Amino acid sequence: MPALRVLLLSLCLLPGMAASAEIKVAVAANFAPTLRELAEDFSADTGHRVLISSGSTGKHYAQIRNGAGFDIFLAADSKHPELLEAEGVGVAGSRFTYAVGRLALWVPGEPGLGSPEEYLRTADFTRLAIANPRLAPYGLAAQQTLEIWQLWDQLQPRLVRGENIAQAHQFVATGNAPAGLVALSHLRAGGEPDGTFRLIPDSLHQPISQQALLLRPGEVAEAFLRYLRGGAATELIQASGYQVPVDR
Amino acid sequence: MNGGYISSGDLQALWVTLQLAGLSTLFLLVLGTPMAWWLARTHNRLRAPAEALIALPLVLPPTVLGFYLLLAMGPDGPLSGLSLAFTFGGLLLGSMAYSLPFVVQPLRDAFAAIGEQPLEMAACLGASPTDRFRSVVLPLARPGYVTAAVLGFAHTLGEFGVVLMIGGNIPGETRVLSIAVYEHVEALDYSRAHILSAGLLILSFALLLVVYTSRFRRREDA
Repeated sequence: MPALRVLLLSLCLLPGMAASAEIKVAVAANFAPTLRELAEDFSADTGHRVLISSGSTGKHYAQIRNGAGFDIFLAADSKHPELLEAEGVGVAGSRFTYAVGRLALWVPGEPGLGSPEEYLRTADFTRLAIANPRLAPYGLAAQQTLEIWQLWDQLQPRLVRGENIAQAHQFVATGNAPAGLVALSHLRAGGEPDGTFRLIPDSLHQPISQQALLLRPGEVAEAFLRYLRGGAATELIQASGYQVPVDR
Repeated sequence: MNGGYISSGDLQALWVTLQLAGLSTLFLLVLGTPMAWWLARTHNRLRAPAEALIALPLVLPPTVLGFYLLLAMGPDGPLSGLSLAFTFGGLLLGSMAYSLPFVVQPLRDAFAAIGEQPLEMAACLGASPTDRFRSVVLPLARPGYVTAAVLGFAHTLGEFGVVLMIGGNIPGETRVLSIAVYEHVEALDYSRAHILSAGLLILSFALLLVVYTSRFRRREDA
């Protein structure tokens, strides 16, 4: 009899389990804290669970190419989602920019930081942390900015390169580099005082467009992407230190 | 691999790596000798904690070691005065901590295997402590020194996590081979990653081959 009761009980649970599905999202490390908040919000509304795998976009790309079972890819750039789409991986036409990153000069020891160009040109700092321009879009943006200011060659001996933008942030946060070109989203997440960082005008570099790609069709994954484009999510993304394109 | 090339940046990374592995091994052999000697002979109750401390890098993820080194080198850390972060000296310190057990443990075992007898005999024959060390301990512990040197060198060659955390990827100073490979792979430049990876693979195999060949030869001689 107990066996029958267990069987009946589990039959009752089955429809419930089908109603609250789960999706797997591969997300760039810089957006992971924001995604966690978004996922909580989404789960509270729909009952669906979002499993988050945070990592570097290059590694996620290789994993997805080799059949990793993610439903959605939230990349740190537009290059990797474009490559996947061109290679026939993912749902064609589902790619869109979910956030645009902002670069900032951060000098924790300067509570009244002035113009970033002025600081980089004249101040006597030992190291400037940036993300590796070859690997990270924030690093490329830093290089483009420094090239426009004609400081790229001059600052070479003082540059330290993080593998990604989180590591560049870490070099400054631990005090090993007094200054760094870092992500506004990390500064917001760390609650850094306003005076210690200045935004880099985004006209100085290519936009740090972070794109999303639906990897396999599915009701819940599509619902999540709709939520990601919606008003509530947009507000949260903006508050986290990103811009959101209007025409998406 | 055909038609591949090695860029000057990659050659530079190779040179930094060889310097790092060579110097770490040299310093560790000098520093590890008294440590291993003490561990092999002492009955002090501090021996167990010392052994555990030295073996820590075998267990800890290198990123943990690197993270604490980064904090230690920061302005609030105990090493702040030396400005070691993002320098070759900092990497050298990190590598030595990281490869310590690979040098100390073979030396300790070699010293322990010698036993008291040969040393007592040498002492009876009037040999001074330095003399005993030079003409009795060193020759008898030679296989241990070869193993310690090769393992220390090879382990530093493959170092990644620590360098990633405290290096800053500066060409000619802290950009080592494993970091260069990682960068090529992440940048989807698989052909350059292949050249460096295959080179490292062959070099590591050759090093280990030296150790095992010399071991077998000794066994045949004996």
